[in-house]
Amino acid sequence: MTYIAKPRLHHPTLTLNNVGYTRRDYEGRVSTLCAGCGHDSISAAVIQACWELDIEPHRVAKLSGIGCSSKTPDYFLGASHGFNTVHGRMPSALTGANLANRDLLYLGVSGDGDSASIGLGQFAHAMRRGVRMAYIVENNGVYGLTKGQFSATADRGSKSKKGVINSDSPVDLVGLALQLGATYVARSFSGDKAQLVPLIKGAMAHGGAAFIDVISPCVTFNNHGGSTKSYDYVREHNEAVSRIDFISDRNEITAMYEPGEVIEVQQHDGSMLRLRKLLSDYDPTDRNRAMNYMQTHHSRGEIVTGLLYVDPMATDLHTSLNTSELPLNAMSAAQLCPGSGALAKLNASMR
Amino acid sequence: MKTTKAVEGINDFVIKFANVNGSGSASANELFAKAILRMGVPVSPRNIFPSNIQGLPTWYEARVCEKGYEGRRGGVDMMVAMNPQTWDADLAEIEAGGYLFYDSTRPMPPSKFRTDINVIGVPLTEITNAAYTDPRQRQLFKNIIYVGALSVLLDVDADVFEKLFAETYKGKERLLESNVRALHLGRDYVKTNLAAPLGIRVRRSDQVGDKIFVDGNSSIGLGLVYGGATVAAWYPITPSTSVPEAFEKYCHKFRVDPVTGQHKFAIVQAEDELASIGVVVGAGWNGARAFTATSGPGISLMTEFIGLAYFAEIPVTIVNVQRGGPSTGMPTRTQQSDLLSCAYASHGDTKHVLLFPEDPHECFEHSATALDLAERLQAPIFVMTDLDIGMNQRLCKPFVWDDARAYDRGKVMTAEELEAGKDFGRYKDVDGDGIPWRTLPGTHETKGAYFTRGTTRDPYARYSERGPDYIYNMERLLRKFKTAADLVPQPVLRNAAKKTSIGVIYFGSTSPAMREALDVLEEQDIHLNALRLCAFPFPQSVDDFIARHDKVFVVEQNRDAQMRSMLVNELDVSPKQLVKVLHYDGTPITARFIARAIRENLQPAVTAAPMHREAA
Repeated sequence: MTYIAKPRLHHPTLTLNNVGYTRRDYEGRVSTLCAGCGHDSISAAVIQACWELDIEPHRVAKLSGIGCSSKTPDYFLGASHGFNTVHGRMPSALTGANLANRDLLYLGVSGDGDSASIGLGQFAHAMRRGVRMAYIVENNGVYGLTKGQFSATADRGSKSKKGVINSDSPVDLVGLALQLGATYVARSFSGDKAQLVPLIKGAMAHGGAAFIDVISPCVTFNNHGGSTKSYDYVREHNEAVSRIDFISDRNEITAMYEPGEVIEVQQHDGSMLRLRKLLSDYDPTDRNRAMNYMQTHHSRGEIVTGLLYVDPMATDLHTSLNTSELPLNAMSAAQLCPGSGALAKLNASMR
Repeated sequence: MKTTKAVEGINDFVIKFANVNGSGSASANELFAKAILRMGVPVSPRNIFPSNIQGLPTWYEARVCEKGYEGRRGGVDMMVAMNPQTWDADLAEIEAGGYLFYDSTRPMPPSKFRTDINVIGVPLTEITNAAYTDPRQRQLFKNIIYVGALSVLLDVDADVFEKLFAETYKGKERLLESNVRALHLGRDYVKTNLAAPLGIRVRRSDQVGDKIFVDGNSSIGLGLVYGGATVAAWYPITPSTSVPEAFEKYCHKFRVDPVTGQHKFAIVQAEDELASIGVVVGAGWNGARAFTATSGPGISLMTEFIGLAYFAEIPVTIVNVQRGGPSTGMPTRTQQSDLLSCAYASHGDTKHVLLFPEDPHECFEHSATALDLAERLQAPIFVMTDLDIGMNQRLCKPFVWDDARAYDRGKVMTAEELEAGKDFGRYKDVDGDGIPWRTLPGTHETKGAYFTRGTTRDPYARYSERGPDYIYNMERLLRKFKTAADLVPQPVLRNAAKKTSIGVIYFGSTSPAMREALDVLEEQDIHLNALRLCAFPFPQSVDDFIARHDKVFVVEQNRDAQMRSMLVNELDVSPKQLVKVLHYDGTPITARFIARAIRENLQPAVTAAPMHREAA
């Protein structure tokens, strides 16, 4: 464990974003993960994305389950409230938090053991309900804290550090998210910050359940030959469908592209996702084709990354429940309690 | 077949309806009970039903009692035998000299009857088929016809029913008319063909007053609306399902914005109990009043989250409508057998607050109180009711709400306080009561954020596995639990008419049977001081009560004397002082059972004779 306190003094020349914060204001405590852990790169991407998005740090609530990945919310957004819940049960706690206050942004952080093994049910049902959140799985295919057992996302035939060959089929969280109705589905790689940062920004701006599966190599237990979640393997097999720019409604659009090279997707909040196509036939707004494409490329051993599917006009659980605009946690007795007069009438009806 | 002996009882008898479930009998039986109440006579009905949708036996047992005893009496004075499947067993239950009411359309051999009871046959099917052609109508109106027949036999006025019909079918004239017609078909047959009224009968009285007739689960749903719950998550399970359903019903009545149509509530039917409690924990962490309702098996699934809520100190309200355990147990029968699994739910050293409402009136009251206590104590609060209270309508005091009552949101630090530089240590005891201050997510730009976790931390919520930090926290949680003992509903003492060294402790749905048992025992010159527990942890007064007596009976509805274990565990009392009185066959405990158990213990030689009219 690292007990070093991070210095809070900031250099005066650090750039401020539109809401007056430096990038350092989005940092958290010093990470206690292994040097070179993919998860730390994801934390850095979260920090970068939130700073660039001009989100006030305290307007984010970050929730996680249990495991290496679920520790990371302590290492970013130190001015945000965080909740390290129960193994595999982050989705339900996040759902409740979201119902209590619809005005905050919800960031769910989980791992492959947390979401694909013990918490597969909660993962599935949060997607079904369309809870508005950015749900990031830091996927390394292995249990790190308990020293290297396979998780449910480990590919069949992949080899553990101890030399054991995995005989079980993998759970494909992206495939499940697509099938279960998630309205923003992406896959990325912790080693590709240029792709990951705009994907996180798009997810934070999304109006419904946004899911990003981030392959994030475990340098200690799953970065060897025979692993399909190592840095080398992912770099070799990465098939990006597009390059993404996230453009908030305040930013001026400067770059010019030839027609047909780009797809522009405007989300509900006015922000724009500009996807520079790397594959001419890929349409990220077609759920069925996305599912088909994923399956086909997976069977070829390729890891498809990028924004795989988005419903830009997605709505969320609050829309389905027709919840009040005023957050439920801000309501007073005057707004919630029917009072003694109504009770007298009810009493009368029970005689 | 008339015997010489006939049970007599004016405003004092038990009538039991044996029906087939799914036949529409439930509403007819409820109508019957309500009519007796409208005569000013207290009645306490109980549904005895299977875990099934259609076709299996179901019973509705109503005790009519001028004295207002709401507990199950035991024994049946009149059986309305509408189910051929259970005919033999139903007949066997009737007291000698009691009455059998049956459908005499098809002739039955004399061997199918008992000779020591009074048999009343009404050709219900014949009357029904002559009046109705539609099969569904035949089924439903047959029920109303037997209610009509019974009303003459038991001397209940027709106008009482007519008024009830008028209220129920307001604006639905055709239904109103056809129900009234069915009622009179039954009444007319009895008037023309049979001797009425019987020895058991109803006489107008004034013992109902302003009391209300309602079930515990509806009362909890309403109490949670009044108490300000906004987030509910649940998974269907008997016998608690009607709690969230009632909450939803009352939310639609009271919590929909008249202008926008938007809801001031959010209800999620979760995928399981793990998710239900997770949603509630998340909402409680984020400052909404949230609850879940479940029964024993659900509690088992929730225990990991309950431990998190205890240790991370999250307000949570859990309604447990207890049923018979363990495992699937007796899902449609009643018990008080989740006391230990709730009081000490989850791994590690944990203790939780339990409330024990005695009737629907207290179900309403305790539910609203639970939401206050959850936020005041930042902890899980259990409302421990059971199937007997939850799913049966009970005559009780009307609900009361003081409009001046404010919600107790507990120690929540505001942005202003943080801005003013007030020290914020999430797990620091600054007031000496063990209760720390908390902040809600999004409160302040730079101050007051912390990382909530189930792992050990120091008073400022920083991760720590240091022994002293751990001990500080665990001791503070104990201090908080001690504080809770003063905040929870306090025990209710009933002193005996004469000075005595014998006491009795009871709680929850045992209340009405206990009250009656105390009266019965007093008539037999057996005097006990009685203490009704309303909550766990136990305040000092419970310790004092036990200390004042040589012997204290602990009456409860489980096999293992769980409340007694808790008393021994938490208080400095000798187990020898506490005598177990245990009833756990799944039926509600009776006054007869309690009185006999106590009498046999105190006067073992005297009580050799068997009890009359004891339930099987």
